[in-house]
Amino acid sequence: MISLNVNQKAYQVDADPNMPLLWVIRDIIGLTGTKYGCGVAQCGACVVHLNGEAVRSCVTKVSRAEGQQVTTIEGLSANNDHPAQVAWNEENVPQCGYCHSGQIMSAAVLLRDNPNPTDEDIDNAMAGNICRCGTYLRIRKAIHTAAELQRKEVKS
Amino acid sequence: MSTSNISRRNFLRAAGLTGTALCLGLYFPASSKESEVFNAGDEEASGIELNSWIKIDKDGKVTLVDHRAEMGQGSYQSVPQILAEELEVDLNNVNIVFARGDKKYGNQITGGSSTIRGSYKNLLKLGATARVMLIQAAANKWAVPATECYAESGHVIHRPSGKKFHYGELVETASKLETPKNVPLKKISEYKLIRKPLHRQDTPLKTNGAAVFGLDFRLPGMLYAVVERNPRLRGKVKSFDDAAALKVPGVKRVFKVQMLVYSTIREGVAVVATSTWAAMQGRKALHVEWDDTGFEHLSTAEIYSRQNQELQTKEGLSFRKVGDPDNLLKNAAKKLDVVYETPYQAHSAMEPLNCVAHYQDSKIEIWGPIQAPDWVQDFITTQFNMPKDKVIVNMTFLGGGFGRKAFLDYPHEATLISKEMGAPVMVVWSREDDVRQGPFRPGISYRAEGVVDSGNISAIKFRMAGQNLDHWQGGKKDKANGSTTEGFLEPYFKTIKNISFADVPFETPIPTMWWRSVYASTNGFAFESFMDEMAHAAGKDPLDFRRQYLPEDRLQRLINKMEEVSGWKSREKNGGYGVAMTECFSSTVGQIVKVSKTAAGKIKVDHVWAVMDCGWYVNPDIIKAQVEGSILMALGAATIQEITFKDGLAQQHNFYDYKMPRITDMPPIDVYVMDNAEDAGGVGEPGLPAFSPALTNAIFDLTGKRIRKLPFDMNAV
Ligand code: FES
Ligand code: FES
Repeated sequence: MISLNVNQKAYQVDADPNMPLLWVIRDIIGLTGTKYGCGVAQCGACVVHLNGEAVRSCVTKVSRAEGQQVTTIEGLSANNDHPAQVAWNEENVPQCGYCHSGQIMSAAVLLRDNPNPTDEDIDNAMAGNICRCGTYLRIRKAIHTAAELQRKEVKS
Repeated sequence: MSTSNISRRNFLRAAGLTGTALCLGLYFPASSKESEVFNAGDEEASGIELNSWIKIDKDGKVTLVDHRAEMGQGSYQSVPQILAEELEVDLNNVNIVFARGDKKYGNQITGGSSTIRGSYKNLLKLGATARVMLIQAAANKWAVPATECYAESGHVIHRPSGKKFHYGELVETASKLETPKNVPLKKISEYKLIRKPLHRQDTPLKTNGAAVFGLDFRLPGMLYAVVERNPRLRGKVKSFDDAAALKVPGVKRVFKVQMLVYSTIREGVAVVATSTWAAMQGRKALHVEWDDTGFEHLSTAEIYSRQNQELQTKEGLSFRKVGDPDNLLKNAAKKLDVVYETPYQAHSAMEPLNCVAHYQDSKIEIWGPIQAPDWVQDFITTQFNMPKDKVIVNMTFLGGGFGRKAFLDYPHEATLISKEMGAPVMVVWSREDDVRQGPFRPGISYRAEGVVDSGNISAIKFRMAGQNLDHWQGGKKDKANGSTTEGFLEPYFKTIKNISFADVPFETPIPTMWWRSVYASTNGFAFESFMDEMAHAAGKDPLDFRRQYLPEDRLQRLINKMEEVSGWKSREKNGGYGVAMTECFSSTVGQIVKVSKTAAGKIKVDHVWAVMDCGWYVNPDIIKAQVEGSILMALGAATIQEITFKDGLAQQHNFYDYKMPRITDMPPIDVYVMDNAEDAGGVGEPGLPAFSPALTNAIFDLTGKRIRKLPFDMNAV
């Protein structure tokens, strides 16, 4: 049994300690917002936060998450209202949408660490997330919008 | 509630003949293109089948059906946006559901960019018919003339008195009315929703993990399977050793499975387990011996050398011919004679293929990212000898499709495995399966010959050699590829007096199929590169050259728009500007690309201007998004992606060797949508074909180097 804390909820899972966190989250815990895209740390579809930092859950053994705080897209905000989520809606970012759990989880870390990112900062932070549908222009735009929303939030 | 594949009596009960809901559907008479609108009451009288796009319950809750797949292209928004316009309901308050596979919805294959162009007239009519009936119901209840009433935001209002009913209060009365014929439709100028860049209704679901894609679907007791398939398609399982696989915790069973890829059996060994990962571990521990004899194991070099050879030695099967280009070519003192090559591609939708099937003795139910639920229903019905109404095919959201998910192989395989297990099973394809197993977009070679005489085209002759998708589907071998001219602008056939197209038949054992924009995705590169070469030979401006040969008003307007938005006229000489125009699924797209060279000598795309003429349209923001995405997909296919073969095997595996463009590769793109009231054309694919030739034409403008083979390395031009 492995003790996990996912989105502020405690779980005891019966899993091989080598099983990637991705499959524990999806197949055992049953939270399917975190996606499988490549399984080899190439695409970012599986990004979750481990103690607040973005990790690729497809190559993170569940044993590494034992006793740590895991946040998935479902736990990023209570009402789809993290500034990145709001901005993604505002800028009509998703097409198929499959990559965007990972995109948003990556963007959330960027926005925390760098509240006023330039295009270049965004490109550097987001280059690990593939979008086959080609929504990159809107991702960039939405991150700027999110940064603005975040600044307003801080002020008010 | 399910409304398809249930008995007529249940349907009537479900659909509201008891007066609880107004339920409208379209009947598609086989003999006629015109469809009639019926309400549920008509079914009894006329004895016809019907199904529902619009349902209103007594509380006024409106449910609209998306009968097509949602794979990013926006049907989940655009189909309801059309219905809601004529129905006069607030799109933010409706419930949107996916249809099941059912012939009651007409053609459901979400391909050929056909959702809007194939359905919009019917959808408008459905919405309007429901509105008229609701207005009539209100008028009856108030005992006033219907002309004194109007509908707005889910209510019918009596203009003189200001009295109003919400739709829920009217459904019972409305459902008993006779369905009106030839209801009035709004003028474009009256639209409140259509042509507006409304936010997509699926976006919130895609920002918090709520959208259910195929891989997210769950059933109680569902098992997970992966399959070690022969990547050479025709290879057979000689033997397999499952001892180690069965020792992996969670692995339940290992067995051979045979699925159909068109009519060829692809063999594999399935590993079924309690989780995806356990199944994947079992697969790693599995050892399969293959029999790969009896068919050719080709390499990429062999494929292209053969098809290029054929182009030099064979005339091929004539597809279309105007005038006598051969004669002019024979007698020309000077001619262009060049070959273009385009690569094989994998689809690589972000969501790898997957499918859930639950085979039971009395019925089969399927859930998955499926582009063609009606095709899957027909196919499974035949393969498993099950009555059609006992085969239920459900669409989830699709994490991209690009044509690959309009195929039947993966639902077939999932059903076979579920049958063997006697349990619901999800079959998961790995990224490697997606990249290596195809079917792929075929790599095509083209030979283009042309003669220019005093600044004008005197003759053009195109020949293509490459795998013909028609052949996989029983197409006749002595018939030219049906898509030989796909991508080429029809009006050229009037203005170019001597022109011909032929298909030089070519086959390999490599499985191929349609990929976003199908043959236009490769044809476009050859056609529009060659048009640029001809313009250059004629000493003409490449945009003016197209203008000269495309005199139709509609195309002239599009050319003018491209010229205006890109600043074409005031561009610097050899400043790196290229143009291309293609037709695809009844839409014309023109693109202008501007490139430069960085200090390091790398080609950089500075800007793309794309002008889309898709006629009547629904949501301009979705169109823009589709063109942006199409351009990026074309950029990848032109510069970094190629499936190559060695010994009959694809050599790429995953995103590390079949690379995807990243955010750092995305060029600035401006998309313009032409405003007119012409018939609707496609949107999801037509933005793709013009990009690669516009790019290489721009590179020619900048560097004088003509690129005739894709993909090419932007770092080494
Ligand atoms: S699935 Fe983890 S990076 Fe692609
Ligand atoms: S929206 Fe489809 S992969 Fe990004």
